[in-house]
Amino acid sequence: MNSQPLVLRAFRQPGSLRSLSLEDWDLLLRQARHANLLARLHALLDEHGLLEQVPQQPREHLEWSHAIAERHTQAIRWEVGRIQKAMAEVGVPIILLKGAAYVMANLPLAQGRLFSDIDIMVPKESLNAVEAALMLHGWAATHHDAYDQRYYRAWMHELPPMRHVKRSTVIDVHHAILPETASLHPDPAKLRAAACALDGHDGLRVFAPSDMVLHSAAHLFHDGEMENGLRDLIDIHSLLCHFGGLPMFWPDIVERARELELTRPLFYALRYAALILHTPIPADIEEAASRTGRPNRLMLAFMDSLFTRALLPVHPSCSDGLSSSARWMLYVRANWLRMPPLLLARHLFHKAFISPKAE
Amino acid sequence: MNISALTLPELGFRLKTAGIFLQTGSFVTHLRTSIASVAEGIGLLYADYPLVEQAGFADFHVSLACPRTLRRWFKPQVLFLFDGRPTFKPLPLDQAFPMLEWGLNWCVSSHANRYLIIHAAVVEKGGHAAILPAPPGSGKSTLCAALVCRGWRLLSDELALVRVSDGRIIPLPRPISLKNESIDIIRHYEPDAVFGRKVSDTMKGTVAHMRAPAESIVQAMETARPAWVIFPRYQAGAATRLEVLPRSRAFMRVADNAFNYSLLGVRGFETLAGLIDASLCYDFSYSVLDEAIEKFAALKPPAP
Repeated sequence: MNSQPLVLRAFRQPGSLRSLSLEDWDLLLRQARHANLLARLHALLDEHGLLEQVPQQPREHLEWSHAIAERHTQAIRWEVGRIQKAMAEVGVPIILLKGAAYVMANLPLAQGRLFSDIDIMVPKESLNAVEAALMLHGWAATHHDAYDQRYYRAWMHELPPMRHVKRSTVIDVHHAILPETASLHPDPAKLRAAACALDGHDGLRVFAPSDMVLHSAAHLFHDGEMENGLRDLIDIHSLLCHFGGLPMFWPDIVERARELELTRPLFYALRYAALILHTPIPADIEEAASRTGRPNRLMLAFMDSLFTRALLPVHPSCSDGLSSSARWMLYVRANWLRMPPLLLARHLFHKAFISPKAE
Repeated sequence: MNISALTLPELGFRLKTAGIFLQTGSFVTHLRTSIASVAEGIGLLYADYPLVEQAGFADFHVSLACPRTLRRWFKPQVLFLFDGRPTFKPLPLDQAFPMLEWGLNWCVSSHANRYLIIHAAVVEKGGHAAILPAPPGSGKSTLCAALVCRGWRLLSDELALVRVSDGRIIPLPRPISLKNESIDIIRHYEPDAVFGRKVSDTMKGTVAHMRAPAESIVQAMETARPAWVIFPRYQAGAATRLEVLPRSRAFMRVADNAFNYSLLGVRGFETLAGLIDASLCYDFSYSVLDEAIEKFAALKPPAP
């Protein structure tokens, strides 16, 4: 395995990119493209005033992806406006999650970050009203199978994804940040209570800074979609760098993780951000997070071997013989964490033998 | 050095090992494959294209490979891999070369957002470019092939690249893809034209690729100014007719044929408006190629 993939070097020390050869640029772009980070790389270079120094051929590719990102941001803003309008009469505040929240809150990490669905969170008791309002305004349920409906409605933390019939845009309506059947239960009421209003957008909210980081950590390290693993770790890295300067952010996040049962995901997030992206984290915070969230030594060694592989881009230059089995094991782990064993067995049985017949 | 400097075994060996860096227009493609029909197609249809030695950088890293499934023993297939990732569903192995062509079009049309990319053929004469946007089946490629056999320069038979910064057309001359009856029509029309192998039963019917004229490849870096936007329509038995098309209608129809018009947002609108403003717009129906060529020869460029 390449000891230090170029794409990591880029996010650790953007300035070091000045010395790249054309061959290096070729490889960097390929790694970034496979990790869905090409437009993000453009934003990073722009932020550090380095774009001008990129040789013409790779710069061309960065500009191509920048065009996509610009359009993406515009489309997200417009779509959020549509959602806001559709939900006006329901009268519950909408909390934007992840990508859409970063865009609407104008956070630096939104620059060049591409994502497909808009995620929102509402109180569980308002789900029916929210779903009805969205349906009235053109969003339709995507999973029609009775079992899938039950899977989402009884066990998950979200409604089945809804797709707009004309625009094909997808919205995920959540009432919590982890499945109801998962072992960890971050209390949605606490998350909602701390949410911050968005300037200039009545009825729209985003999570408070520490909750934003914890949600991102829970998503990556407990709910485990490794497809965009590096992009999600870079989110955590950028959020930590951005909010790290706020007074009380660091002590708050450790305390908040305890309140929300998210000490383990926070520990992993800080550990792998520091290890892989060299995120600056105060030593006492690292220690506090480790005291409350560290698994036993054997488990940690195993997790290190999985995450240090699975969080790299899925590109031959960043993989070794164990990379794909690491991703597979993390996928299994995510399902394991999602449901208790009996329920999981039942779910897998249904998906393997009953769902295919119904089609 | 051009591809023609290599013998077929040398080309095949390079494709199999390190791959070749092939320059088409302003793009460099790093291509690897061990499929013989692809090497043969490249050797024949890309003979006049430059190889970039010591490139260091390629815009697109592409390979064609056979999926290693059991199926390869009785119905072998081919995959188009974009930097190792399959981009389309596999096709029968026999269609490897057409798949390369479609894949290369995809590489450009889904990435190169510095250009407004229109599904259109582009030919040029005297510094003036004619853009022929059209849905498949309208005879666009047939007309394009006939025009380049009669002295027009080929910019592209598939993708018109309009540079957003200045509205000029960027050439991307590659083999012209002809389908079904068009293949024999052009063979008959220009017996000297060089064709690749006919491949039947593709999703577009029978296809064969015609080699681009060598001069067009030499001039592949010379941009052109748009002068005409012409919507061709082949109709058996139809008289040759060139009818003025209102600019507003032409605008909407080109937008319908563009890959990234809405992605480019306001720049897409401005680029397209600039293109339409600079061009004379026509509907063109034809059935006899010679008459069509005459009509094109008589086109007057817009007043400067």
